[in-house]
Amino acid sequence: MYPAEFDYVKVSSLEEAISLKQQGDENSILAGGHSLIPAMKLRLSTPKKLIDISGLNQYKNISNNGSHISIGALCTHKQCAESDVIQQNCPALSDAASVIGDPHVRNKGTIGGALAHSDPQADYPGAILALNATMVVKGSSGGRTIAADDYFTGLWETALGEGELLTEIRIPVNPMNANSCYVKFPQPASRYPYVGCGVALSSSGGNCSDIRVGFSGVGEWAFRDAGIENALKGQALNSSSIAAAAEKAAEGKAVLSDHFVSEEYRRAMSKVFAKRAITKVS
Amino acid sequence: MGKYIGESVLRKEDPRLVTGEAKYLEDIQLSGMVHAVVKRSDYAHAKIKNIDTSEAEKVPGVIGVWTGKDFEDVNPMPCAWQAGGVDNNANTPRVLEIDKVTFTGQGVAVVVAEDRNIAEDASSKIVVDYEELPTVVSAEEAIKPGAPQLHENAPNNICMEWECGNQEGTEKALGEADVVVKEQLVNQRLIPSSMEPRGAIADYQPATEEFTVWMTSQAPHVHRLLATAFVFGIPETKMRVIAAHVGGGFGCKIFLYPEYCLVAALARKIERPVKWMETRSENFASTTHGRDHVTQIEVGAKNDGTINSLKVTTVANLGGTLSTIAPGIPTTLYGRLLSGTYKFPNIYCGVKGVYTNTGMVDAYRGAGRPEATYVVERALDLVANKLGMDVLDVRRKNFIQTNQFPYLPADGITKGLTYDSGDYEKPLNKALQMFNYGNFREEQKRARDEGKYLGVGFSTYIEACGVAPSAWIGVGGEGWGAGLWESANIRVHLTGKVVVTTGSSPHGQGTETTMAQIAADELGIPYEDVEVKYNDTLGTPFGYGTYGSRSAAVGGAALFNAVQKVKQKAVRIGAHMLEASPDDVVFEDGKVSVKGSPDQAKTIQEIAGAAALGYSLPEGDEPFLDETAYFDPPNTTWPFGTHICVVEVEKDTGSVMVKKYLAVDDVGNVVNPMIVDGQIHGGIAQGVAQALWESGEYNESGQLVSGSMMDYAIPRTDCLPSFELDRTVTPSPTNPLGVKGVGETGTIASTPAVVNAVMDALSPFGVTHLDMPLTSQKIWNAIQS
Ligand SMILES: Cc1cc2nc3c(=O)[nH]c(=O)nc-3n(C[C@H](O)[C@H](O)[C@H](O)COP(=O)(O)OP(=O)(O)OC[C@H]3O[C@@H](n4cnc5c(N)ncnc54)[C@H](O)[C@@H]3O)c2cc1C
Repeated sequence: MYPAEFDYVKVSSLEEAISLKQQGDENSILAGGHSLIPAMKLRLSTPKKLIDISGLNQYKNISNNGSHISIGALCTHKQCAESDVIQQNCPALSDAASVIGDPHVRNKGTIGGALAHSDPQADYPGAILALNATMVVKGSSGGRTIAADDYFTGLWETALGEGELLTEIRIPVNPMNANSCYVKFPQPASRYPYVGCGVALSSSGGNCSDIRVGFSGVGEWAFRDAGIENALKGQALNSSSIAAAAEKAAEGKAVLSDHFVSEEYRRAMSKVFAKRAITKVS
Repeated sequence: MGKYIGESVLRKEDPRLVTGEAKYLEDIQLSGMVHAVVKRSDYAHAKIKNIDTSEAEKVPGVIGVWTGKDFEDVNPMPCAWQAGGVDNNANTPRVLEIDKVTFTGQGVAVVVAEDRNIAEDASSKIVVDYEELPTVVSAEEAIKPGAPQLHENAPNNICMEWECGNQEGTEKALGEADVVVKEQLVNQRLIPSSMEPRGAIADYQPATEEFTVWMTSQAPHVHRLLATAFVFGIPETKMRVIAAHVGGGFGCKIFLYPEYCLVAALARKIERPVKWMETRSENFASTTHGRDHVTQIEVGAKNDGTINSLKVTTVANLGGTLSTIAPGIPTTLYGRLLSGTYKFPNIYCGVKGVYTNTGMVDAYRGAGRPEATYVVERALDLVANKLGMDVLDVRRKNFIQTNQFPYLPADGITKGLTYDSGDYEKPLNKALQMFNYGNFREEQKRARDEGKYLGVGFSTYIEACGVAPSAWIGVGGEGWGAGLWESANIRVHLTGKVVVTTGSSPHGQGTETTMAQIAADELGIPYEDVEVKYNDTLGTPFGYGTYGSRSAAVGGAALFNAVQKVKQKAVRIGAHMLEASPDDVVFEDGKVSVKGSPDQAKTIQEIAGAAALGYSLPEGDEPFLDETAYFDPPNTTWPFGTHICVVEVEKDTGSVMVKKYLAVDDVGNVVNPMIVDGQIHGGIAQGVAQALWESGEYNESGQLVSGSMMDYAIPRTDCLPSFELDRTVTPSPTNPLGVKGVGETGTIASTPAVVNAVMDALSPFGVTHLDMPLTSQKIWNAIQS
């Protein structure tokens, strides 16, 4: 690869990373490198300095804190896909992690990097929204948390502030998250999703008591689908109610079209995959 | 048969390939070597008004920046194929374009620097002032009145108009047919995507004015000839061309590219070795593409399924300029294949080759033959649909029969070439033993009732390998500007060890192994005792290289003949050593022995030693066993077979899953079954990919929108089932090995089998034809309407 010239620092603490990041916008955090480096290769991204955080081992753990699952920002997609804790408590996330790219990508890429990068075609966001996750971030003025619903704010945009780093993803432990899934319809070349749909659902007595639906790849950024959720909440769960709710997919949302697929098709596929995802957890 | 031919001998080339020791072009480092980066046009059609290189020149480490004006003394690349009998309005690229560009990705300037990163940095500082011109990317649009004009010598953007067959007779027969099927078939543009992109390194010796050029090449001798005689105007003896290990080509490395000559011109200018290696992005934009036909077919048939006429008119997109053999692909290698395995009595094919503001189109695995096979095998299915007949009944009805060989297709479409040998029912019947068609039709019916849409598709194809003879294909014939024979040399050294050199230029096919099998068997020596050397104009006899599935059928046959010459000499020397008459000895199992007294024998090793020492030789014989043969086949070979594909189409999404893929090919005698199967595997994968996924696409302004692996869907293993392969063997009479060739079979045969299968699956929805690639969206749309 022939990127533009850049400097490189491998940091030994988060504080060091934060202070280097503060020194200039042109400095970039490097985690797994599987979004940043391809962009640098094409010179679409020309950071002045790479701040490599991949040695910060304290952000590579997955644990169950009772009330939430804590996932360090530097956990790889492979870790997320294979973690028992995640598979049991929030399978939507392990589903999403397991269908990202190929083994190389899953071995190197990190959940923090993916969520910070916020590619409109990324897989995790749909699951993160369905799971009602919380992002833990840190900057020079300290830490804060951001709810998933407030996190994805625009095309390639998140609520992460300049100079802030994502350190942890928290996923509430509850029966609804334990009953979740993520399904994906991949584009044949890149294998990023045409449509990715995350669903968490709780039911009682055959009725849907609560549901959260998150879509990846469909709009300019990931979104919760209130149309589907409202249509199904309180309804008996059966194939016709699920089909009727799935029909609402992406209603009122701007849907992407590209070289591969039209808006119409993507919209239609959002319905198909919403139906599949809901059916899977019903 | 000997000990090795017919066996799956492990590949000689694999130890160095699988351990990573093989040296590819990028691995070559010469002392003092500098690096070139080509500045490429961002516009598909524009005049170059000015190029400001001043900022780039200031970058530390830059040795120089040059534009097309600095190379006015270097001739444009030659187009080495003038489609036979018609005027070709040729326009070919220069090492760097001077006045205008006709596709995005053409070179307009070059930076040479001490290292590649510096050259890249400097290249981004070159400022090119373009005057944009209107663009046209579709060949059909390009020939319409009022379309933007690309070249002064090509009115209406037409490079050439070519035809074969009998138009009048075919139209008359169409009029007499019971049914006529008309369809437009689009064979979309493909991008070859070899694992290794292109590259070249040139070294120049001022004292002797000699070049050494390493290039990613499938044909080093041809590249040398074209570069010296046509581009530089110097004797070909002043250049040595070496192809290092070549990481795949699929045709795209047959051609002489501007950059290969540019590095040579630069090395001569600055008197330092210069390396250029393209990136994947450059490979997408600037390496040749394949296919890109829009074809109208009219097929006439009788009610009983007998086809009486096939009329084909094709508009072939050749890109902004012509690549080395571009005009030959949609003409000779396409039109002349349109009889397939069938006795069509009336055929006509008319082709327009057209310039557009897109990348150059030339041979890509199969080259013209996949396009022809697609037309024929789709036509058969369309006729069957129309008549409500089974697709196999229509095929059987029209097959050329075994007693008709050698078969001369109608209307002179092969211009005198006959199909060498064939038995088209045989592979079909064998395939149907592996695949229970009757059961499948029942299963298909049941599945449909459950909302599952299965389909089966057949392709009972023919193809042409080792295209020959030279006089047929050459100047005055089909228009290829040289010959198409092949060469081989064999030397048996003093110790009895053998070195074979070949004019074939393998780049992954396993030819090193198969050549060694042939030499070892014919000489009766261990396979391990044979080294096969190639890919260097110094030390190999002139040869045409590897493409068109010719290396076994032509190159292997040349080797076979060279070994016969060695054997004849060994017989004379062996007889002399045994004090017998040459007529009284036989050569068998690596020994010359007196007839009837097998104990009185001399081994080939002993004979080679005696020959190499030269102390005592038969009168008139020279020392050493060293023989060269040049083989010009009397005919092309004509492999054939049956491919069967089973798919399931998912109604909700339009996605296609390939459930089963089965192929019974007849490629004549088989030298190495494992290698043959490997070639078929790779070929099928590429052919399925054309049917379902791959598509090279430009937007209206001539930007390549499928210019990366994110946007261009090459096949992956998890998209394909395990292939079930078998074969029948009908030896070819056109060469002494009886082989037919296999390099492109899979690609040629598979595409229509897949499309036919998908159309079969979609028949409940009344869909009879969709163009490739059969993306989920396209199928979903068809199901919706
Ligand atoms: C071939 C290929 C296929 C892929 N397929 C998919 C796919 O199917 N689905 C999918 O979702 N993704 C896919 N990806 C992207 C992959 O998931 C990346 O790993 C991910 O998007 C980025 O994570 P990373 O750790 O590699 O981040 P990096 O590339 O290192 O960084 C990405 C960006 O995030 C910033 N960043 C990184 N970590 C942090 C942090 N902790 N705090 C703040 N900012 C940070 C960086 O500065 C940079 O701007 C693919 C990538 C490749 C190369």
